[in-house]
Amino acid sequence: MGAHAWIFLILTIVGLLATALWAGSLGGRNPFDQTVYEDTIVKFGVTASMFWGIAGFLVGVIIALQLAFPNIMYFEQLGWTNFGRLRPLHTSAVIFAFGGNVLLATSFYVVQRTCRTRLAGGLWPWFVFWGYNLFIVIAGTGYLMGVTQSKEYAEPEWYADLWLTIVWVAYLLVFLGTIWKRKEPHIYVANWFYLSFIVTIAMLHIVNNLTLPVTLTGSKSYQLFGGVQDALTQWWYGHNAVGFFLTTGFLAIMYYFIPKRVQRPVYSYRLSIVHFWSLIFIYIWAGPHHLHYTALPQWAQTLGMTFSVMLWMPSWGGMINGVMTLSGAWDRLRTDPVVRMMVVALAFYGMSTFEGPLMSVRAVNALSHYTEWGIAHVHSGSMGWVGFISFGALYCSTQWLWKRPALYSLRLVEWHFWLATIGILFYIVALYFAGILEGLMWRAYNEYGFLEYSFIETVEAKHISYVIRAVGGSLYLTGALIMAYNLVRTALGHGAAAEGTRPVEAPAAATLQPAE
Amino acid sequence: MGLMKKHETLERHSLALTLGILVTVAIGGIVEIAPLFYLENTIEKVEGMRPYTPLELAGRNVYIREGCYVCHSQMVRPLRDEVERYGHYSLAAESMYDHPFQWGSKRTGPDLARVGGKYSDAWHVDHLKDPQSMVPESVMPPYAFLADNKLHYETIGDHLKALRFEGVPYTDEMIENAKADLIAQADPDADYDAQDALVARYEEAAGREGSVRIADYDGNPDKVTELDALVAYLQMVGTLVDFSTYEADDLDNRR
Repeated sequence: MGAHAWIFLILTIVGLLATALWAGSLGGRNPFDQTVYEDTIVKFGVTASMFWGIAGFLVGVIIALQLAFPNIMYFEQLGWTNFGRLRPLHTSAVIFAFGGNVLLATSFYVVQRTCRTRLAGGLWPWFVFWGYNLFIVIAGTGYLMGVTQSKEYAEPEWYADLWLTIVWVAYLLVFLGTIWKRKEPHIYVANWFYLSFIVTIAMLHIVNNLTLPVTLTGSKSYQLFGGVQDALTQWWYGHNAVGFFLTTGFLAIMYYFIPKRVQRPVYSYRLSIVHFWSLIFIYIWAGPHHLHYTALPQWAQTLGMTFSVMLWMPSWGGMINGVMTLSGAWDRLRTDPVVRMMVVALAFYGMSTFEGPLMSVRAVNALSHYTEWGIAHVHSGSMGWVGFISFGALYCSTQWLWKRPALYSLRLVEWHFWLATIGILFYIVALYFAGILEGLMWRAYNEYGFLEYSFIETVEAKHISYVIRAVGGSLYLTGALIMAYNLVRTALGHGAAAEGTRPVEAPAAATLQPAE
Repeated sequence: MGLMKKHETLERHSLALTLGILVTVAIGGIVEIAPLFYLENTIEKVEGMRPYTPLELAGRNVYIREGCYVCHSQMVRPLRDEVERYGHYSLAAESMYDHPFQWGSKRTGPDLARVGGKYSDAWHVDHLKDPQSMVPESVMPPYAFLADNKLHYETIGDHLKALRFEGVPYTDEMIENAKADLIAQADPDADYDAQDALVARYEEAAGREGSVRIADYDGNPDKVTELDALVAYLQMVGTLVDFSTYEADDLDNRR
């Protein structure tokens, strides 16, 4: 914790100095000018997303290689590079650093445009952005130092949690404040989704991180709840981190960027209302399906399973509403790889939200739980749905924010699309195979009625799958690197993004314009 | 449709929308989680459960720090193959003093809920230092550095105190003697009175004999290391409950 106290102190000083220097050199520019949108912060968010995305994918490839080649990838005296410490680094980097920054950036972009007003709160959005990224640095360095509460996707210790709570309340107020001064009577559907994401994550974060520090100067704390109650609280949190961080937040992105990119209205207003409320109501109940056949009382497991199966319909409602928005613009699938990326994202969303209910059935779960099947499932959802919809939003917003007539190179987007798609297929097919294989091997009996395989035989059997998974992940990382290059060149105005090559088709970013 | 018309209210009033969302998402958690705190049959009645000794607790904290839960579950499901592979299925009572729980979600390595007593201390030490030396096909990372790291136990009493606040039945005596108990459990050649006191304290809590083991777990008598603590923890996981007196078919234990 000592190191973290120093990081906090130094960054606070740097932050205050930067604010003072910036305020001193304002000159004629007014940062609170209500006639223009606050887009600089969105540019920062887009850049941070790209950086954290690549960092998170890279750590993912490293830990995939560790499982494939343990003799090469582990270092006896470098305990902090072991799988146990790097895996939380990977999951937090991709979910909270990459995904979180995408959500911050796009929510700030979308809420201004759909409310036709500048972000509320003056410098507070900047506090949210830097505060959130500070949280990520504290969390990530903590994992490497062994600072963890061991609750999956909620590993950061109590002081990081407290800090995030402050940042999150500021985020909610900035977002709501912007809605309060909107010049549109209606709150656009994307903002419902963003709002449900912000509000629900606040609730989940606070309840799941109720903990008692051993001392105020140490990092260690003990969870307030224990045993079975702690387990259900954790998976209530864990499953809804998927539901409200990785689903409703990114559905908000879908509801703005797909209609905008294809210049078509959202397919069905009525469907969006029905699937929004049913989605957020039902999602919360689904947590116990992570605890099938455990010591959790069976009534809770059954409730979790029932609601998980019901969740299939509202999930597909979102997919249908997104895909059908292309009605009348289907040609864009062929001509615009960015649109294709976002539609394939919805296809993956549909697949994994069908697979999820399937896996939540107790009989299926008996086979799939604890195996690589679970890992395949989350990666089809995260790389396919969350990753692709984010890439789509980043391509769109980079072009629009820097006011470029087009992206630097659509050919490179094609490369990104195909490398990433093939990468995902390698990844998930290998792990579906490995998961079902080990699940069946664990329960296999020989003719004498004894267990057929020792545990280590099931580990050995997965070696080739692990290698293919690492290849798939590397392809996905390569695609992201190509994207980063493309975005930088776009922002710089090179290639097709150069001025005057084509009229600006995208919304002009710096002036007010009608909402959707 | 009338209902759709009414939705306009929510679309025009952000606070109504925010509150509507909050109420909608709160219901599921309240219905599922809250009853677990007061329904008496959530946790089975068993004999033998006691709080962790200070050394075991320190070892458990090493287990958490190194992220062992990422690859090892501690939850044997009541399925034929699991009960035969690992041992008796896990009970809720067995983790009632676990803050946080360590049930895990993935078995890249085997389940550890019943690992206690399965292997010798020496096996654990060799395996943790270099897993491939014991199991050539293993993908587990090496933890040799644990044998060099001196265990920091200066504040162990505060740890027990924090846990007692959360409902773990540590006594005043246990908290006062936490440091002495920790040292006594890791060194069989040390102060015999301290060892007797440690055993008496925790066996009384367990209500049966034989649940506290004293050993030089890492085979290095010079210092108390993190490896001592981790092995002490691993050797007691899943050994506390007296299954000879547990009646799985009793209605009180049906959940």
